[in-house]
Amino acid sequence: MLEQNIFAGFGGQGVLLMGKLLAEAGMFEGREVTWLPSYGPEMRGGTANCSVVISDEPVASPIVTRATTVVAMNEPSLDKFESCVLPGGKLFINSSIIGKKATRTDIDVYYVPCNEIADELGNSKVINLVMLGAYIAKTKCVEFESVLDALLETLGERKAHLIPLNREALNKGAASIE
Amino acid sequence: MAKKLMKGCEAVAEAAIQAGCRFFFGYPITPQNDIPEYMSARLPKVGGCFLQAESEVAAINMVYGASGSGARVMTSSSSPGVSLKMEGISYLAAAELPCVIVNMMRGGPGLGSIQASQGDYFQTTKGGGHGDYHVIALAPSSVQEAIDLMQDAFDLADVYRTPVMMLADGIIGQMMEPVEFHPAESKRVLPEKTWAAKGWDAASGRPRAIINSLYIETEELQELNDRLQARYDAIKANETRCELYNCDNAEIILTAYGTISRICKSAIALAAQEGIKVGLVRPITIWPFPTQEVHDVICAPNVKAALNVEVSAGQMLEDVRLAVNGEKTVEFLGRPGSFVPTAEDILNRIKEMRRA
Repeated sequence: MLEQNIFAGFGGQGVLLMGKLLAEAGMFEGREVTWLPSYGPEMRGGTANCSVVISDEPVASPIVTRATTVVAMNEPSLDKFESCVLPGGKLFINSSIIGKKATRTDIDVYYVPCNEIADELGNSKVINLVMLGAYIAKTKCVEFESVLDALLETLGERKAHLIPLNREALNKGAASIE
Repeated sequence: MAKKLMKGCEAVAEAAIQAGCRFFFGYPITPQNDIPEYMSARLPKVGGCFLQAESEVAAINMVYGASGSGARVMTSSSSPGVSLKMEGISYLAAAELPCVIVNMMRGGPGLGSIQASQGDYFQTTKGGGHGDYHVIALAPSSVQEAIDLMQDAFDLADVYRTPVMMLADGIIGQMMEPVEFHPAESKRVLPEKTWAAKGWDAASGRPRAIINSLYIETEELQELNDRLQARYDAIKANETRCELYNCDNAEIILTAYGTISRICKSAIALAAQEGIKVGLVRPITIWPFPTQEVHDVICAPNVKAALNVEVSAGQMLEDVRLAVNGEKTVEFLGRPGSFVPTAEDILNRIKEMRRA
């Protein structure tokens, strides 16, 4: 397995956390992983993105320029990273706030209405887990439970009551593209 | 112990504490702020001292003071901040004081950018400060390697009584990778710090410890310089390290250090898919430079040419060319600033070289 992912959106959408949860889940399952955030002024109000590599072998470059999968949570991210998807790769689009369609025809494109699904679940913050659910349903690179284990590490026991909500978000995200 | 996903800067800080570092003095600058942040939280809990100095100049002189009293001490910064520390580093070298300095390189010159770069190779390996001194310079290419090198960084500093620099870049600093901490065990016999100034009384019978870098008498300064040069020769003989990757029967050899060496490994994998055999020599110590290994690999009969890849205008390139000494062509791929070449860029250049 060699999954080279770019997760992109704007600050506040939980894009960096989404990538980190995936990387940590991969680590729990015994894979080699790297997580590399964009950092700097673009993180404040502008676009945020991270490169996540999951591999059976030690990761060579942690910088993803040709991605097996791109996740675009907002329109500028789609504009910037659509061309980075390798032929035959996957592109996930948050159709709640991205009005336009992908232009590529040599890749698999999935439209996930993350914000609507999160609102149905009563918590707009879980849009990243909704998207992650869709991503995992199609790439099958980690198990949901590994992601939730990673999330528990981040949240701590005090906020463990949020796990069922996030499990639901993963499930709904996965169901939305089936 | 289970693996943990950890950011490079935090891992470096934790590794330093596990290596016995109990004093940290620094001043904020991106992309290394997670080091002082981590130190500020952790050091007080292990009986250590964290202090945010009023400037980089103050911080490096605090390192001088702590080291002079025999403590394990560290500072960290990023390129412009390391420039400010250079006077102090020359003084530390002259006063034969052990310490560890971490540089998470960013784009330069000047304040430059906050993105990763490799523009400080000259500064690190060729002096930076004034006078005939060197620092041992370690260049990790992963978060785990940065951890593994940290214990030895402090030990090397103590054994050779010299500042040791860890030269990494913003990518190593900001990236998260799974890491494991091994119980800190020194593999070296560490000399007692009889030279340290930690209180004197007449009854001890030993002379007063004086930590100084001023030698008014020409002969005395000569003595210091001879001692330093002899020590540098010993370091060159005993402490040079590099990784040879895929070099057997390679027709093109890449040379790179730090994060960029990993992009080279991706390029090597792409080249292999097209039937092109490419190897990599990766210096782990950039001072002392692995001159012999670089020479022997590149000058092997099967090698057509070498390509040095750096995020700079070509700095390590000079050491590679000196090592090869005109026996083979050493080409260069890279740009100064923060534009990191992609694996495809490297592959394209390899193909051009084969056509030539």
